[in-house]
Amino acid sequence: MIREGFILASILFALGTAGVLVRRNIMFMLMSIEVMLNAAGLAFIVAGARWSEPDGQILFLFILAMAAAEVSVGLAIVLRFYLQYKLLDADAASKMRG
Amino acid sequence: MQVVFYISGAIAILATVLMLTRLNAVHALLYLVVSLLAIAIVFYVLGAALAAALEVIIYAGAIMVLFVFVVMLLNLGETAVVEERNLLTVSMWVGPAILSAVLIAEFLYILSEESHANFPAPVEPKQVAAALYAPYLIGVELASMLLLAGVVGAYHPAGAE
Repeated sequence: MIREGFILASILFALGTAGVLVRRNIMFMLMSIEVMLNAAGLAFIVAGARWSEPDGQILFLFILAMAAAEVSVGLAIVLRFYLQYKLLDADAASKMRG
Repeated sequence: MQVVFYISGAIAILATVLMLTRLNAVHALLYLVVSLLAIAIVFYVLGAALAAALEVIIYAGAIMVLFVFVVMLLNLGETAVVEERNLLTVSMWVGPAILSAVLIAEFLYILSEESHANFPAPVEPKQVAAALYAPYLIGVELASMLLLAGVVGAYHPAGAE
């Protein structure tokens, strides 16, 4: 199950990367970043299960805290962006100055 | 247990693909929650019970609620009623519902299974806590400072004009 777990993590990470690159809606880009972070956490859990050590789960906890902080800041920026431009197109962010 | 692992992994990949191809953000969020729940079952099968519980409570619970809240904030206006009517059609929720039903069946199967023969040896929450608060203590402090910075950083751009 260890090898399959790493394969699952890499497939999910690739899907998240594809989502960030393909979608232009900022909400979907944020969700794809969540998928990527989650895949990284899955890789840590699989590695921790391989040696039955708690370190994998501890690094997953740190990823969890990082994801919470990232989502709160990211969603605040999305709200601000929507108030300013009335759309969620990431290309519109190139109009920002300063 | 192998079978449970493969089914949950397939559900996670399927739900993620469906999430990426949705047009409506709320439908995508439904599939994302299903994907996170499937990965929680993968964690449990791999012997990481604490990580599985935190995945459900914090990821699928708290972080996804933030997403739903912002999506609802962005949908204000008279289009919200039409939107809500579209959300309640059967074809919209039947996909995530079927995938979640499979996950519940797996969960019940795990609970009824007495012998955990080909489990990787489970890591108890006690071991995780003991390691977290001794060698990784500096990491806990840094995580708390990161969360504080997140709170301040989220307040500033979303605040009033």
